[in-house]
Amino acid sequence: MPRVVVDVMLKPEILDPQGQAVANALPRLGVSDVASVRIGRRIEIEFTGEPDLDRAREIADKLLANPVIEDFTVRLVESDETAGAHS
Amino acid sequence: MTARVGVVTFPGSLDDGDAARAVRIAGAEPVRLWHGDPGLHGVDAVVLPGGFSYGDYLRCGAIARFAPVMETIVDAARGGLPVLGICNGFQILCEAHLLPGALTRNQHLHFRNRDQILRIEAVGTAWTNAFQPGQEVLIPVKNGEGCYVADPATLDRLEAEGRVVARYLGGNPNGSQRDIAAITNEAGNVVGIMPHPEHAVEALTGPSLDGLGFFTSVLKHLVGAPA
Repeated sequence: MPRVVVDVMLKPEILDPQGQAVANALPRLGVSDVASVRIGRRIEIEFTGEPDLDRAREIADKLLANPVIEDFTVRLVESDETAGAHS
Repeated sequence: MTARVGVVTFPGSLDDGDAARAVRIAGAEPVRLWHGDPGLHGVDAVVLPGGFSYGDYLRCGAIARFAPVMETIVDAARGGLPVLGICNGFQILCEAHLLPGALTRNQHLHFRNRDQILRIEAVGTAWTNAFQPGQEVLIPVKNGEGCYVADPATLDRLEAEGRVVARYLGGNPNGSQRDIAAITNEAGNVVGIMPHPEHAVEALTGPSLDGLGFFTSVLKHLVGAPA
């Protein structure tokens, strides 16, 4: 069953202290060629029937993202692309 | 007649007991409200207390905003009901769009818990009319996500309209833009504050009694407000 994936990211102008903390830790791993890290959130939605992108967009706008500080994108993926299928 | 001030308990609220106690010390009757009950039980004002409603899942206050009691409070606040959101309550008020902007992770990523000096800048609100303009108060601050952000136009409008209620003095504990600790809506009945006035109402437990002014203010406001 295809799922809807919502990616939520802080807007570019909003400071991301978590991303900065991660970026600052990278030199300790010997990584010195990363300029910046920003952290967002990926949400997978499975509908009872056909995936509904418009409904997913509405859910994202009202609840999953705070449009004051975050942007979001909504897309369909086949189930083998969702979390757990990688590695 | 004694004013009745509602204090909402969400799953994960922590400071509802202290808020109710502050209401009582100020001379009003605290009325405990439950997140799942849309009824306001005839209260004259509402406090949204601090804590971690719904475990702070998704974003602080994001899920509490959709609690049955919040739907009623949002409507009532638009009609003039005095509402004070403290810490998590402030986050809920922003998520509910009763106040502009958002509260984000402290810039330094550390939880901050300390006694904090604030300067009260707006004394025309329902919750700050007992203070003098520019009065400095000492109130505990304790938050991990208290960094107030808004776009520059919103910040400029808040400043121009005198809606910055309080600012941090002696060091900004969380990176809030323009040192903002508290703001109000256009009508002045809704106030969100990150520090905790309800923890500064008794000599035994607080660093001062300065927090009491927020609760006596609303009583003064209710006496002057049309019935």
